[in-house]
Amino acid sequence: MSWLTKLIPSKIRTESSTKKVPEGLWSKCTNCNAVLYRAELERNLDVCPKCGHHMRLSGRRRLEMFLDDEPRVEIAPQLEPIDALKFRDLKKYKDRLNAAQKSTHEKDALVSIMGQVKKIPVVAAAFDFKFMGGSMGSVVGEKFVRSVNACIEHNIPLICFSASGGARMQEALFSLMQMAKTSAALTKLQKRGIPFVSVMTDPTMGGVSASLAMLGDINIAEPKALIGFAGPRVIEQTVRQTLPEGFQRSEFLLEHGAIDMIVDRRQMRDKIASVLSMLTHQPTP
Amino acid sequence: MNLNFLEFEQPIAELEAKIEELRYVSNDAEINISEEISRLQEKSKTLTASIFANLSPWQISQLARHPLRPYTLDYAQRIFTDFDELHGDRVFADDQAIVGGVARLDGKPVMIIGQQKGRDTNEKVRRNFGMPRPEGYRKALRLMQMAERFKLPILTFIDTPGAYPGIDAEERGQSEAIARNLYVMAQLKTPIICTVIGEGGSGGALAIGVGDRIAMLQYSTYSVISPEGCSSILWKSAKNAADAAEAMGITSKRLKELNLIDKIITEPLGGAHRDIDAMAKNIRNFLVESIEIFERTALDKLLEQRYERIMQYGNFTGD
Repeated sequence: MSWLTKLIPSKIRTESSTKKVPEGLWSKCTNCNAVLYRAELERNLDVCPKCGHHMRLSGRRRLEMFLDDEPRVEIAPQLEPIDALKFRDLKKYKDRLNAAQKSTHEKDALVSIMGQVKKIPVVAAAFDFKFMGGSMGSVVGEKFVRSVNACIEHNIPLICFSASGGARMQEALFSLMQMAKTSAALTKLQKRGIPFVSVMTDPTMGGVSASLAMLGDINIAEPKALIGFAGPRVIEQTVRQTLPEGFQRSEFLLEHGAIDMIVDRRQMRDKIASVLSMLTHQPTP
Repeated sequence: MNLNFLEFEQPIAELEAKIEELRYVSNDAEINISEEISRLQEKSKTLTASIFANLSPWQISQLARHPLRPYTLDYAQRIFTDFDELHGDRVFADDQAIVGGVARLDGKPVMIIGQQKGRDTNEKVRRNFGMPRPEGYRKALRLMQMAERFKLPILTFIDTPGAYPGIDAEERGQSEAIARNLYVMAQLKTPIICTVIGEGGSGGALAIGVGDRIAMLQYSTYSVISPEGCSSILWKSAKNAADAAEAMGITSKRLKELNLIDKIITEPLGGAHRDIDAMAKNIRNFLVESIEIFERTALDKLLEQRYERIMQYGNFTGD
């Protein structure tokens, strides 16, 4: 025991022997550090009740809260990535994939479900940032295309929630080509007059931002999401100046004309249902 | 060290210097050393051939950015006639990192578009090191849509480290500009032929790289991120660029094996910069041959093929 710890009264010196609080009962806001009751936070759709910060969500939970309870049919859940290049950096791509699959219980970084939002039939897809930074590789690209095809088959709108660091480096040029692939697929929706709503959540960067995410008929962002092409650190190193306050945040994009609106997560269902009903000439949902 | 030669080319540089020296001597002396010179020249050729036969991906990526490497306008001059450069995106500015315009290839009108790097310091700055801003991509888009209206085939030349990562570029929608080009090029009703002539850097390259036939010069590269960038993210150090170049498979040979490109255009011995005329001729042959193929293809067929090809990109299981 050092002299300092000896000075502290024994009542304060008890953190090591405290009674265990059940795991997961409480969580902390990643923005304001407020300690939040987990159940309440979940009821609030993972938006901090104290400061309004929108926390990151898994793709599945995102769709869980966005879609009506019934009906739901998952699109192409069986698709799995393969390591065609035998890519290896400090770790093998294969091992990274295994680890990501284990921790997220997903096969890759995009989940897509055909369902309804306030009784309007839609296909909704969502990125999982926890799966290798939501990076877009072959499976993400293919699932997105199949989501588009399902929309065409059923003549229903597409909604995509992006959360991604960009292209997946471990799939090298194949991942770059997913930018072309997802963008090309969207031209088919345009030809059929089917709406595509792109929702950018924190963060939407690089190859995902520079392809499908910016191509919505309606571009929406969640408050304060980081959205851009190049990462802030890369820009800082290139231009050698400090970036302006709020640079590449949703509010910045709205001001510069890149997105149509910023929508609070708790209003997302209502807002998208309302917009879609007008674009498809349906009565107010 | 001769700066016009890369590190792995230094043995060639030394030999070349020796030849130059001998030439200088033979000019003012009676001794006939032309035999010696031609022997050394032969040796230089064999040496170059042997060095270039076994280049690593990292060495190739250095060649792709060689200071003497020919740029879009060097080829434009040699391949086309009547080139009229067209400027501006009609909205904001004329981005000189991308050049474009109408020209004739073998007498036939075409639209050419390419990234352009600068040769000396002033020009490098003016061309922003070949890194386009949104207005550059929007100029390219404008020219491509014009080409569609007037039924001109589009020939693009890719040579960029990437789209410019700057504050102004983000303000004006770099992401949207790139995305829009991918979207429009996928359905543009005219043949598009893309040639990577130097660095094919990520989304900034792809934004003029969606087409019906994709070629790469032998020592050019095409990748999702630069080897240095990949190294610093995945290896957490800038020192593993060579490993990253190897792992990503950025060379024409590897990408042809992976069926991501259609054609490798052979470079002259020692690289494109050692004989620009010969290089231009090879590119020209490829372009003429490609245009002839597409002249015989119906437009809906062409678009269908383009779409199918784009849809085939990727590897996965579970079907």
